[in-house]
Amino acid sequence: MGAAPASRDVTSYGMGLAAPLALFFLVFFVAPLLQLLWLSLHNDTAALHWGLGQYLHFLTDPFSLSVLGSTLLLGAEVTAVCLVLGFPIAWLYQRVGPRLQTIIILIVLLPLLTSVVVRTFAWIVILGRQGIINATLQSLGIIDTPLKLLYTQFGVVIALAQVQMPLMTLPLITALGRIDPNLDDASCSLGAGSWRSFFKITLPLSLPGVIAGCTLTYAAAITAFITQSLIGGGQMLFMPMYLYQQASTLQNWPFASAISIIFLLAVLAVVSVFTTLGRMSRGYGGA
Amino acid sequence: MADAQSGRSLVVDAVTHRYPSGALAVQNINLDIKGGEIIALLGPSGCGKTTLLRIIAGFIAQTQGRIIIGDDIVDALPPNRRAVGIVFQNYALFPHLSISENVGYGLAARGVNKATRQREAQRLLELVQLPAMAERLPRQLSGGQQQRVALARALAIKPSILLLDEPFAALDKNLRLDMQIEVKRLQRVSGITTLIVTHDQEEALSMADRVAVLSHGKLEQFGSPSDVYDRPQTLFVNTFVGSSNRMPGIVVSADRTAAKVRLDAGAEIIARPAGGALTEGGRVTVCIRPEHLQFVGDETGFAGVVGMSLPLGATVVHEIKTADGSGVKISQARIGETHALENGAAVRLAPLAPSLANAFPATF
Repeated sequence: MGAAPASRDVTSYGMGLAAPLALFFLVFFVAPLLQLLWLSLHNDTAALHWGLGQYLHFLTDPFSLSVLGSTLLLGAEVTAVCLVLGFPIAWLYQRVGPRLQTIIILIVLLPLLTSVVVRTFAWIVILGRQGIINATLQSLGIIDTPLKLLYTQFGVVIALAQVQMPLMTLPLITALGRIDPNLDDASCSLGAGSWRSFFKITLPLSLPGVIAGCTLTYAAAITAFITQSLIGGGQMLFMPMYLYQQASTLQNWPFASAISIIFLLAVLAVVSVFTTLGRMSRGYGGA
Repeated sequence: MADAQSGRSLVVDAVTHRYPSGALAVQNINLDIKGGEIIALLGPSGCGKTTLLRIIAGFIAQTQGRIIIGDDIVDALPPNRRAVGIVFQNYALFPHLSISENVGYGLAARGVNKATRQREAQRLLELVQLPAMAERLPRQLSGGQQQRVALARALAIKPSILLLDEPFAALDKNLRLDMQIEVKRLQRVSGITTLIVTHDQEEALSMADRVAVLSHGKLEQFGSPSDVYDRPQTLFVNTFVGSSNRMPGIVVSADRTAAKVRLDAGAEIIARPAGGALTEGGRVTVCIRPEHLQFVGDETGFAGVVGMSLPLGATVVHEIKTADGSGVKISQARIGETHALENGAAVRLAPLAPSLANAFPATF
C-alpha cells in the first residue's frame, strides 16, 4: 500500500492517546489472563508440575462437558427468547409516536435500573411454589397443584431473558431506525404483502442489530452468575458456578483456570460464529 | 410495453384528507386525468401534493372522496394491490439487493420465476440504458443511475399509473435535464399515465401535458402549461408560476373581458379580470410579469426611478422604484449596449398589452 506512511502518521497520533487505557488493560486484563493460562497448564493444585492434565481432565469428564453443554444451551435459549420477544418491541418502537417511544424505552431500560440481586429475588417471588404465577393460576382454577417453575431451566431462561432484554432490544431499535421507511413503502407498492416485506427487506437490513443483540445477550446470559445460581438454586450447574466451586470451595486453582480458558474459548467461538454469519449477509455492509 | 394496463385514466374525485390533529392536508381535490397523460402536481412544500400522491398510491386513506383508476374505484385496495408504480425522492432502492434483484422485486412478489425475472430485469435495464449494471449493488451506482434503476423497478410491474415524488430534486442541474428528457422519453414509449410531484415550476411546465397547482391543500388551477403561465386564474398561480410584479390599485370600470385599473403607482391601465368579475371601486392586485413591461415615452404608463440593474446573461433585469414606494422589476432582452440605464434615471413603464396584465380582487 502506497499510502502506508501517511496512515502511520494518523495512527501514531491516536496511539499516544490510547496509551493510558492500553496500560490499564495490560495490567488488569492481559496480565491476569496470562496468569490464568499459566496456572491452567499445571497438573497439580500447587502448580508445580507442568502439563495439560487439567484440560484432558475436563475434556474427558462427561460431567464437566455436560456443564459446558448446558451452559451454552442456556445462552442459546435466552438469546432466542430475547430475540423473539425483543424484535416486536423494537419494531413497534419505530412505528409509534414520540410519547409512546419514551414509555417503551423506559420499560426496556427498567431492568438495568434495578440491582441484579433485587431483580432475581423478584423472580423468586413470582416463580415460587406459593408465588404470584402459581397463586393466580390456582385461584383461577386452571391448575390444582403448583407448577414447578423455580429451580428449573425454564425459570432460569425466563429470568435471564428479562434481565438481558435491553441488550437485545437497544441494538435492534438502532438497527431498525437506520432503515429508510420508504423501503417498506416501496416494497409494498411493488406488490409485496407485509410478511414478504418483513422477510425480504426489514429482517435482512436489521441483521447488524440482530447480530449485535444476540452477541451481547448470549455473552451476558451464560456468564450471569447470580441469576443462574439463585433461580437455578443449586439444582442446575452452569459454568460460572462450576468455576466458582472449583476455585473457592475446592481450592483447585489450576482446574478452575482451565475451566475459565475453555469457557472463554467456547464463548469466543460462538461469538465469532455470530459475527461471521453477519458478515456473510449483504445487509451488513449496507447503508 | 403497450399492454392493457398501460395508459389507464385516473380520477381524483372530491378528495379531502384531514390529519388526526384536525388540520386539513388536502381539501376537495378534483382531477380528471386521461390515460397516457403526464400531469405535474406543482406547489410549494407543505401544500399537500405529497399527501395527494400517497393517497393515490394507497399509503394514506383519505377522509373523503374517491380514487378511480380506469374503471375501478381503488379506495378499498391496499398499496400492494393497486398496481401503482412509485419512484421515491430518495429512490428507496433496496440496499442489500443487486440491481437486477431490485428491478425484479415486484415480479418476485407476483410469483414470477427467477429466469423470467432476470430476463425482464435485463430488458428494463436496457430500456433505461444501464445494461451492464445488473449484478452491482445500489450503493455502487451514481445518483442518476440509481434513479434509472428506480424507474425500471417501478415499470417492471407494468403499473397502470406511475407516480414520481420530486424525482429530480436530488440531481445536479445538468443531470436533472438529462433525466427529465429520459423520463419523458420512457413515458412516450410506454404510454403510461404519469403523475409528477414537484415544487420546481420549470420542471412542471416543461414536462407535463397539464399542471395542477396546489396551495394550502387546495387546487388553485388545473390546466395546460400555457394556461397556467399565461392565463392564471388566481393570484397565487400568477405569482408562484414564473415571477410577477404585484401592483395594487382600484377598479375604475370593469366588464367581463377588461377592467380599467388606477394603479397606486400612478397610472390608469387596462387589465384582464383573471379571477372572476371585478366590482367598480374595489381594490385589486394587478400582476404583470417583468418581461411583459416596456419603457414608454412621456405622459403614458407610470413613472419610476431606476434602481439596481442586474445583467442576467440573455436578459437584463432593472428594478424601478415607483411613486408609491414599491419596487417593480422589468426584464429586457440584452441587445448590444442598449440595456445600459443610469442609476437614478427617471423612466415610464407600461404593460406590452392589456391581456398581459392580470387583475385579481385584493384579498386584504
